[in-house]
Amino acid sequence: MKARHKRFAFLLVGLSVLGVAAWLVFQALGNNLSYFFSPTEVVEGKAPEGHVFRLGGLVQPGSFRREDKGQAVVARFVVTDNHQSVEVRYSGILPDLFQEGQGVIAQGRMGPDGVFMADEVLAKHDENYMPPEVAAALEEGHRKGVANMATGGGQ
Amino acid sequence: MSSRILNWFKFSSPASFYPLAGTIGRVSTLIAVALLAVGLYMSFFVAPTDYKQGEGYRIIFIHVPAAWMSMFIYVVMAFWAAMGLVFRTRLSFMMARALAPTGALMTFIALWTGAFWGKPMWGTWWVWDARLTSELILFFLYVGYIALQGAIPDVRRGDRAGAILLLVGVVNIPIIYFSVKWWNTLHQGASVSIREGSSMSAIMLETMLIMTFAFWAYAIAVAMARVRLIILERERETRWVAELPEVKL
Repeated sequence: MKARHKRFAFLLVGLSVLGVAAWLVFQALGNNLSYFFSPTEVVEGKAPEGHVFRLGGLVQPGSFRREDKGQAVVARFVVTDNHQSVEVRYSGILPDLFQEGQGVIAQGRMGPDGVFMADEVLAKHDENYMPPEVAAALEEGHRKGVANMATGGGQ
Repeated sequence: MSSRILNWFKFSSPASFYPLAGTIGRVSTLIAVALLAVGLYMSFFVAPTDYKQGEGYRIIFIHVPAAWMSMFIYVVMAFWAAMGLVFRTRLSFMMARALAPTGALMTFIALWTGAFWGKPMWGTWWVWDARLTSELILFFLYVGYIALQGAIPDVRRGDRAGAILLLVGVVNIPIIYFSVKWWNTLHQGASVSIREGSSMSAIMLETMLIMTFAFWAYAIAVAMARVRLIILERERETRWVAELPEVKL
């Protein structure tokens, strides 16, 4: 075994040990590195009760409304992961990308009435980038597809 | 066997690599300028407006190539560090050293443009999610490597210490890359991946790839210029350096 083979073997062993150590650390940390909880996790009681945490999901279409309470305008909407949903109340500035059907992350805590009281709402963008025409065409195609399913698919 | 290895290592000698680095550097500079001109023109005038983000999305043409480069340069540096540690080639450490400032710059650009994009789109400049935090750690790794290497007066010891830091830091690269998959993050998932293809419109993707190649060429060009300076500095006592026309003057 030449000296450089020895050094190479040493390096490989060192890196493998490091890799295993890193893997163990992340196994132990598990979900704690996640930035937010989904509505399903909140409903299942996995989110910390009585503490500030972040709730992430899609704004359920048709759920957004504003309540005018004197000086403050309160926004109310439902955050869903298409499985479970949580109602959110928030007074403050909503980001530009905020709209129904869009991903959001709200930071706050659960109120006693089961409504999530947010102090901060961020928009979560998805990985799709396309020109408006393409988006419109996709939307159109989706609508047609849905219509076909509704009319053609009897089962 | 030994003759093949000799051949392989021909350019691992600083003296024979010095002129080659000059040629590679010149060619890369030309490619970088040409691709940047085309890429920037396409970024601003050819690529269409995004359906949701409007014009603000155009920052990805800088942000994504810079972020890719920040990770890729680190891997290349770690490769050279491993080469240097195993084969004891001086040039390997010089290559790692020459790439470091560019890698740090790319990381900084990725973080900075990301913040500019985040404010209007997310509603915040910065969050401590897994993707952003691990990229910030990458920036600290680059800066730490440069600082550690510079703080040790003995070049050989500095190189070795820096190389070990580089190799240890490699664990961070898959964490950055997969962070958006492994954990819930505010940062969106990858728009372009080898396995799943791209979720961008074709012209946007092409623009981004041209910018990526421009960044590659730029990184190669400046790394070659820098490695030439490092070679001159470290080999200043040798005869071949003293006999160079540009040194003789």
